[in-house]
Amino acid sequence: MSVILDNLTLGYDRHPAVHHLCGTFADNSLTAIIGPNGGGKSTLLKAMMGLLKPLSGHIQKTGPCAVAYLPQVTEIDRSFPVSVFDMVLLGFWPVCGLWWGVTKPQRHQALRALEAVRMESFAGRPVSVLSSGQFQRVLFARLMVQNADVFLLDEPFAAIDTRTTADLMQVLRDWHHQGKTVIAVVHDLPQVQAFFPEVLLLARECIAWGPTPTVMTEDNLRKADTLARQWHDHGEVCAA
Amino acid sequence: MSLYTALIAPFAEYGFMTKALLGCVLLSLSSAPLGVLLMLRQMSLMGDAMAHAVLPGVAVGFLLGGASLSLMSFGGFVAGVVVALLVGLATRSTTLKEDANLAAFYLMALSLGVVLIALKGSTVDLMHLLFGSVLAVDDASLRLMAGVSSLTLITFALFYRALLTEAFDPVFLRSVCKGAGGIHLLFLVLVVVNLVASFQALGTLMAVGLMMLPAVASRFWAQSFAPMVGVGAGLGLVASTAGLLISYHINVPSGPAIVLSAGALYLVSLLLGRYGSVRARYFPFKHLNQ
Repeated sequence: MSVILDNLTLGYDRHPAVHHLCGTFADNSLTAIIGPNGGGKSTLLKAMMGLLKPLSGHIQKTGPCAVAYLPQVTEIDRSFPVSVFDMVLLGFWPVCGLWWGVTKPQRHQALRALEAVRMESFAGRPVSVLSSGQFQRVLFARLMVQNADVFLLDEPFAAIDTRTTADLMQVLRDWHHQGKTVIAVVHDLPQVQAFFPEVLLLARECIAWGPTPTVMTEDNLRKADTLARQWHDHGEVCAA
Repeated sequence: MSLYTALIAPFAEYGFMTKALLGCVLLSLSSAPLGVLLMLRQMSLMGDAMAHAVLPGVAVGFLLGGASLSLMSFGGFVAGVVVALLVGLATRSTTLKEDANLAAFYLMALSLGVVLIALKGSTVDLMHLLFGSVLAVDDASLRLMAGVSSLTLITFALFYRALLTEAFDPVFLRSVCKGAGGIHLLFLVLVVVNLVASFQALGTLMAVGLMMLPAVASRFWAQSFAPMVGVGAGLGLVASTAGLLISYHINVPSGPAIVLSAGALYLVSLLLGRYGSVRARYFPFKHLNQ
């Protein structure tokens, strides 16, 4: 399933955060969204998830549209009294809905997902005991059981150590090999070059979008940086 | 004084005490899950605000029908839901956060209620509405409490997963469930109907005491949601019984006596509870290796 952006402008309170974005996240693509802070990366993910209404333009999804979303961790209440296993089971929501119970095969699947992120020994513990990295692993296990067609990940590797990043990166590549469409906001440029075939460089507008070697050029990165320096409090109201 | 005359006789021999106890049992059962969820959402003061917000509706009911339970309850329910909706609307359409809007609206509602009562009633009426009188619980209000209690527990059972997820990870719920916005409203409506059901017995100012104090205390005894609700309901029952007995024996108003009993249980839990209490923090169990 692919996601098509058609002349998309997003923003808050009339000030656009993303301008006139056109392009396609192709079916089964693995794309990193990079760019300076405030460049509209999280805004774009929220809009694709349907949590933010575009100021203008459209987002089209082809085919069955099961989308899974990993927000920035800070938006979750980690002191909540819920066990690691129950949290992973929440991933079956699209199948179970409000009322249906979780079946035995689904429980096995959840346990396998925890094994895949090496967190099976924590299944019965409350989420409040987890470190940030462990919590991120559990979030990935929940995404795995969601079994979506498109994965939108907002800074999945922020404040995560090398080993955890490597494990979770493997999960991303597994999804890619299973034919899923994966879109992740990433800040670590060498990592992007090593693992992501496609890149969208976003600095309020699209600087470049395509295969990684053609996007991550000195010129493009400098252009994004220059644009970021020009931002100020009273941002221009979109003229076009 | 034998144990029987101290603890059992008041309930066995006086119909009003039996009814008061039954009413408090019903309220404790349905308030426990709501109170625990309010606490976990860091909305412990929200119940207090909503309890004040029902006052103008109760006052209008009082002005139209005197001390008619059905009119006052209906008015209180409408006022509470209207305030909840206005707060939700203001939060969604402005940059102000929910707590700020709630403070603004409940203060307006509270003062409007007092003005309405002052227009026609007396200070005695006002005291009765603010602090209730659990010993005047009659069959009609018992039926209301039983209805609200059942409705709350059934609704909670049906929407258990959604209500908890909305508190734990609202962004996730919105990403997988279309009616996520409605879940928050459903929760607020449940809080309002429970407060309305208990205002007759405990008054609008005390109504929230039986909801929040046992729930807050339960956090010191349990680490997951269902046990917290169980402990909360249990503490509510103990506080109700103790409060009614204190009120009977030393002749003080029953509403504050019940809430003070719940407060005492909270203080004990705070000092001695199993998890996160003063004892657990400063006198922890010995490390296994030592």
